[in-house]
Formats: sequence, C-alpha cells, structure tokens
Amino acid sequence: MVRVLLNVPKQVRKGEPFDVKLLISHPMESGQRRDAMGLAIPRDIVRRLVCTFDTEEVFGMDLFPAIAANPFLVFSAQIERSGTLSIMFTDDHGVVQTETAAVEAV
Amino acid sequence: MKRLLPLLLLCSIAAGPPVDLRSGYDDASAETRAMQDDDGGNPGFLWVREGEAQWSQPAGPLGKSCASCHGDATVSMRGVAARYPLIDKATNRPMTLDRRIGECRTDRQQAEALPPESDAALGLAAYVGLQSRGMPLNVDADNPFVAAGRRLFETRMGQLNLSCAQCHDDRAGMKLAGAVIPQGHPNGYPEYRLEWQAMGSLNRRLRNCMVGVRAEPFPPDSPEMAALALYLAVRAKGLKVETPAVRP
Amino acid sequence: MTGLPPRGACVGRRFLLIAAAGTLLPAIAAASPVQVAVLIRRLIGDATVSEGRVKLDLPVLVENGNTVAMTVSVDAPIGAVHSLHIFAEANPLPEVLHATFGPRAGVPRIQTRIRLATSQTVVAIARMRDGTFWQDSVELLVTLAACID
Repeated sequence: MVRVLLNVPKQVRKGEPFDVKLLISHPMESGQRRDAMGLAIPRDIVRRLVCTFDTEEVFGMDLFPAIAANPFLVFSAQIERSGTLSIMFTDDHGVVQTETAAVEAV
Repeated sequence: MKRLLPLLLLCSIAAGPPVDLRSGYDDASAETRAMQDDDGGNPGFLWVREGEAQWSQPAGPLGKSCASCHGDATVSMRGVAARYPLIDKATNRPMTLDRRIGECRTDRQQAEALPPESDAALGLAAYVGLQSRGMPLNVDADNPFVAAGRRLFETRMGQLNLSCAQCHDDRAGMKLAGAVIPQGHPNGYPEYRLEWQAMGSLNRRLRNCMVGVRAEPFPPDSPEMAALALYLAVRAKGLKVETPAVRP
Repeated sequence: MTGLPPRGACVGRRFLLIAAAGTLLPAIAAASPVQVAVLIRRLIGDATVSEGRVKLDLPVLVENGNTVAMTVSVDAPIGAVHSLHIFAEANPLPEVLHATFGPRAGVPRIQTRIRLATSQTVVAIARMRDGTFWQDSVELLVTLAACID
C-alpha cells in the first residue's frame, strides 16, 4: 500500500480554478541503477496517473523514470457542482490505487 | 606544558563552535527551502502521516499503542524533541529520542523492535518531532557527556584524517565542491534528503559523514553516537526544531 | 584512464584482451538532442513549433539532480491547451512526462519534481486545441553534492 497525501480545498467557488496537490510515497526506481553486486535493479515507477471529477477527466499524466522519487504534482481543476475528485494511478507492478476527496462547489 | 602544547596549536587554527547559528535551512537553495515550507509538498510528511497512523496502532502481546500511555501526541509530545538527547535516569547515560522510541516499543509495548531507518521508525520519530516544530532546542548541558561528545567532534578520524569540527566549525559557510558547508546542526531530524531520495535519521547522517572521511562509523547504538548527538544538540541550543526538514 | 599499463611496460596479450572487452561494454546511456528532436517530430507530425506562450520554470543552477522543482505554464485561456510534454536531452531516457488536460482542467499549469542526470537542456512543448505547438527550453547546470552516500 502506497501512502498518498492529497490536498484539495473542501470548498471551492463554482467555475473558479483551484489547485489539486499530490504527494505519493513511491521509490520511482528508474531501472538505470545497479545494486552492490552489480545487478540491474528492476524498474518500478508510477507510470500513469488520471484525475477525474465524478466521471469527467480533469487531468492525465504519463510518468517516466525522470520523475523524482516520492512524486509531487500540482495541477488545476474547475467544477460547476459538488462532487468527488478521484486520483487513480498505476505502477510497474500493476498496482492500481485510487484516492478520493469530496469537493463542495458554492 | 607538554600536554598543553598540541591543544594550544589546535586552538590557534580552530574557530570553535559557531556563535552565529545558521540552520542548514539557511544554506539550502530557495527551491529546497520552499519544499520544506509547504506541508503539502514536503515529502517528509509522507513519513509523518505514517507515524501518525503508527501512534495509535496497538502492537505486541499487551495490545498497547503509543496512544495507550501517551494519549494525544499533539499534547503529550509537545516540546519533547527539543529536550532530547537527555540523560536517562535509569542508566545515567545520554538517550536519544530515536532510542527512547525504540525502548518504548520493545520494553513497554513488548513488541518487535522497529528496524532502524524503517518507514515505521522514521515515521514515529518524525511525528513526535513535528510536535516540537518551531520550538528552540533546549537540551540539558549540565553533564560530562557533553564534553565527551565535543572531544569526539573535534577528533580527527579516518583515512582523510578529518574531524567534524574542521568542516563544520572552522570551514562552515565555505564551499566543498559546489556545495556550501553547513554548520551541521541536528534540528531537522529525521529529515528528507534529496541525496537519499528518502527520509533518514541523524544516525544515518553521522554515519554518512564518517564514511565520507573514510573512518569506520561508530555503531548506531554506541555511547559515542549518543555523546555526539548530545553535543550537537547542545551546540545548536536555541535553533528551532524543523522536523521534518528538507536538505540537499 | 584506468586499464592502461604503466608507461614503458610491455603491452601484453592480457591487456589487449581487456581493452578489446572494454570497447564492447556499453557506455553509460544518455539521450541526445537528436533523439529529442525525433520524439518532438513524432509528436507534432507536419506542424511547426513556435517559441513562446509556454513557460518552463527550472532553476538555472541545480543543487541536486535527484529532485529538481519544475513549473510549466501556458499563457492561454482555460480549455485552450490540449497537452504538455517535457523532454530532457541528456537523461538516460529523454521523456520526462506527457500531461493531458481534460474538460474539467483549470489553468494550464503543472508543478512537479524531476530528475536530471547532468547539466543539459530541458524542453517543454505545449499542444493547443487549435492544433498549434509552442515551446520553451531551459539550459541548466547540475552540480553534485560533495558528500554523497
């Protein structure tokens, strides 16, 4: 289980953009490194991240080994009604994880 | 006189501990400082949240958690990290906060020890440390271990034959390759180092320095490590706790 | 220069063998500006890329290449940007990220932290919904920490 810190305002103004801030505990092992015995350390990165609001896509990102360990991401969203913002991501082990936050639009 | 001579020679080149204290924060780049300042972007908070979860999670045959004895950490742990290391009453020896947490785990909870540098151990230390963030380090200096720690700090070691003091007292603020040499204060541990791409303890940092001068590091639980940690805290008296700090 | 025999020593068979083996070992892989140009061409097809509108914010002097704060923003109204693409010319792999903005995206701006293997140029490309492409690049210096683990 990967730890995720998702920071979203609980309440936003309708149609006004707000920041979605995300930290994911993940080594983002690049696949370029070798261990003490000289063996390649297999790649293990978060490769895809999608943010949706209810069913609509807000933001999507393909990640590569050049994204730093414990990925940090800020992007912007805007909504017209209250609903649920969810972040879904997939890593090289096929682990899919979803984090959600309720956002109220006023 | 014969014994004083080397001491006098040493004094003539040594600057002594810093008078004008600078946290490693002050020597870090604007980007690194910004990373520390924003709790939502400071990767150390991934460990803090881990520790917060650990705090109330029962462990061991007694089914006790940290919270069973200490209650709400935001109240009971406030200011604690600023007073460590302290002299343990039972053993009359310096006790670091990391070690105290470890002892609580094995002796009071009778649970399996948390491996050093594990996410669980660093998380608990970070969560406890956070409760003192912004408070000045104020460690009791009235014991002989402080002088012992200072002696270790000023003793040359390793193949490079360097003491801690030669870099962090005498040459603090100067540059080693492209990087500023910091005064070397312990006020942000456990801290997130970009070099490690992870959280780490003061022990890991000290070990890192000793390996750097090609010395054999003192064992993690040795009296030497504890005395060094104590002297460092006394030397940094008044600097604010920054846990979880971010450093290059 | 490791592997060279001391001056004046006879160059023996063993040394030649080692030297030959050395040429077969792969060098440390790094992307190149050409490789990035090819990737950008694949992205834009027959279109052209103009300088401007997209702004890539990176420190010019990087303290530690493991974690470099990066902000990319596009001077465009909400909804006008289709996607953002970042490339690093001298990383082992040139692609850094591809981001797409959906119908609920707000201002076209992202902030993240990237790895840079060495001093190099980083390129940002913005693809607009009107089919135009815009770019910005930053040439930066990556210093190495003196005390490494």
